[in-house]
Amino acid sequence: MEQTATYLVYIPLLPLIGALVVGILHLATCRTNRLPEKLYGILGCIGPVLSFILALRVFFTLKGLAAEERVLTQELFTWFSVGELDVSMGFLADPLSSLMLIFVTLIGSLIHIYSIGYMAEDRNFGKFFAYMNLFLGSMLILVLGAGPVVMFVGWEGVGLCSYLLISYYSEDRDNVIAGNKAFIVNRIGDLGFVLGMSFLFWGIGADGFDFLSLKANAHNLTPALGITVCLLLFVGATGKSAQIPLYVWLPDAMAGPTPVSALIHAATMVTAGVYMVARFSFIYAHAPVAGAVVAWTGILTALLAAVFAMYQRDIKKILAYSTVSQLGYMFAGVGVAAYSAGIFHVFTHAFFKALLFLGAGSVIYALHHQQDIWKMGGLKEKMPITYKTMLIGALALAGCPPFSGFFSKDEILYSALATGHYGIWLVGVGVAAMTAYYTFRMIFVVFHGQPRDREAFNHAHEPSKVMTIPLIILAVGALFAGFLNLPGIFGGDLEVSHWLAPSLVEHHPHTSWFVELLAIIISIGAFALGFRAAYRKFGAGADEPSYTGFKQFGYRKFYVDEIYHYLIVAPYQLTGKAISYFIEPYITDGPVKLTSWLYKMAGAAFKLVQVGYVRVYAIYMVIGLSIMSLLLAQSLNL
Amino acid sequence: MILNYLSLSVILFCLGILGVISRRNVFTVFMAIELMLNAANLAFVTLARLHESMDGHVLALMVMAVAAAEAALALAVVILLHKHKGKLDTNVFSLLKG
Repeated sequence: MEQTATYLVYIPLLPLIGALVVGILHLATCRTNRLPEKLYGILGCIGPVLSFILALRVFFTLKGLAAEERVLTQELFTWFSVGELDVSMGFLADPLSSLMLIFVTLIGSLIHIYSIGYMAEDRNFGKFFAYMNLFLGSMLILVLGAGPVVMFVGWEGVGLCSYLLISYYSEDRDNVIAGNKAFIVNRIGDLGFVLGMSFLFWGIGADGFDFLSLKANAHNLTPALGITVCLLLFVGATGKSAQIPLYVWLPDAMAGPTPVSALIHAATMVTAGVYMVARFSFIYAHAPVAGAVVAWTGILTALLAAVFAMYQRDIKKILAYSTVSQLGYMFAGVGVAAYSAGIFHVFTHAFFKALLFLGAGSVIYALHHQQDIWKMGGLKEKMPITYKTMLIGALALAGCPPFSGFFSKDEILYSALATGHYGIWLVGVGVAAMTAYYTFRMIFVVFHGQPRDREAFNHAHEPSKVMTIPLIILAVGALFAGFLNLPGIFGGDLEVSHWLAPSLVEHHPHTSWFVELLAIIISIGAFALGFRAAYRKFGAGADEPSYTGFKQFGYRKFYVDEIYHYLIVAPYQLTGKAISYFIEPYITDGPVKLTSWLYKMAGAAFKLVQVGYVRVYAIYMVIGLSIMSLLLAQSLNL
Repeated sequence: MILNYLSLSVILFCLGILGVISRRNVFTVFMAIELMLNAANLAFVTLARLHESMDGHVLALMVMAVAAAEAALALAVVILLHKHKGKLDTNVFSLLKG
């Protein structure tokens, strides 16, 4: 049934080789004679572009097969084999991973190219490209992994690269702290992932611990164990994909360079959790309780993050919270067992959110690292390409038909409605209105009205082609990606859902066309409502509001960071201090110190014997030999 | 008869030990050590006669050879010691004191 493909390994390997080469070149030359940026740029882009070509090859190979046989595998070697656990380093490409492959490599390549412009004249240009390549390689291992363990390798790899790139400007202490926060919060989630994997192995891992065997044996999993596995894996997903309660790291992660935010913290890595849930759909489909937990966590995260996004003033923070919010939608989708809808939203979101971040990047670049939207304004004339492309991205994010975000978001909301999750649907519609509001608040404040900072405005200019061309390509994607999965009511056939169907375990709910139409009209109404509110408030250019009352409360993100600090971080640090100041010196150090004290005393006693005179040593010898002779005589019975 | 020879050997040996322990001059200590070696030689030869075998004689000859070599080495050491401290008192050399 499954075919082997010997080129799968090259998809993650090429960027990893790129990372190695660029990294070594950078390390060897960064101190003395720095190599030209062009060289690094070209070396850094080769890997992702070749991976993209291979990803296309995978896609077309799969397309040539019958729907049920669309599985390509490659087994490299047995990684380790302990007892019943037999893990091989293998890769698996099926429709689900091929879709992920295509957009990860495409957007990855575009962002690499954009970075050549954005990172120009950076001191550590080479290091940046080495990390970016390393990230892309890890992400592709995550997507292609044939089993949970290989997937986990990629999972950890992207976490590491995320940490490295958030703290990229490591001269600033805040950036380092943000990197640490991301890493530590992710570790909490990773623990859940590892535990989930262990339980899964305990349940059905004995007959092969790769996705295909697990899928075949999924019916042997007891319901209780199934729910446990699902919930634990979801803990991992909340860490990586920034859901309640572990979402706090993502907004801080914006400390990294903007292309990093676009690639890692918007388009690819943060969607790994959604991908993982969809990958394990054969377990989630049989655990509706866990699914409900996933869906409600997702939609509440969407709501909370949308509220925060409405009150932020840093352009990247607005986009970060909107990412958290959209990720919430995706989890709502996979939670109500509409896996293909969730994955499709991952796909479209990757385009429009990468576009928005890169657009924000070129605004920040033009204004010399100004990120406060209340210092911008009127940039429409100065940066027409950025404005137009970002407008497309904003319309897609806000869910305006016919942009891509509308179709994918609507598919999720419709699935929630059709499966009877009315509460989730209702919250989702509300969040859609809020999304439209905060997105256009950002667009209006940044691009419309009068410039608020004259001097910065006068220096602003459109960035070079190497930055605008990726924007245009992404804008095309954001505009048309939605048409790949048109629902029946628009004359489409849900092509992406059908493409994904062999990899997933899902049933498409059916309702009357009337309900579907009503849902669509309500979605459009929500968009219109949010857009209208934003237009009336900010359309003609608004002054900077004073942050008081609820605005202050929202701007400070409901003080969640502070609450976490006092509830978790502070007690933890207190425990650490207690251990360091009381338990360690007075309790655990006791035996250790006693041992060393005994040796010291023994040494002092023997010191008395060592007088240093050769005569005295002769006496000792005589005494010793006499005793030996006496003993010898005794033993010989003389 | 044999007992007399052996008694003499023991007496010589004890004198040697006493010399090593009680005297502080390096030369005297060295001479005491030679005395002990010769006491052992006497015992070897005596016992060889007693058992009517040549083993003891062979060993005695070897001890003499070793003693000769050792004398050459030890005298060199004594010269070095004297160069180092200008004295031949064993109590001056106590680097091993704990």
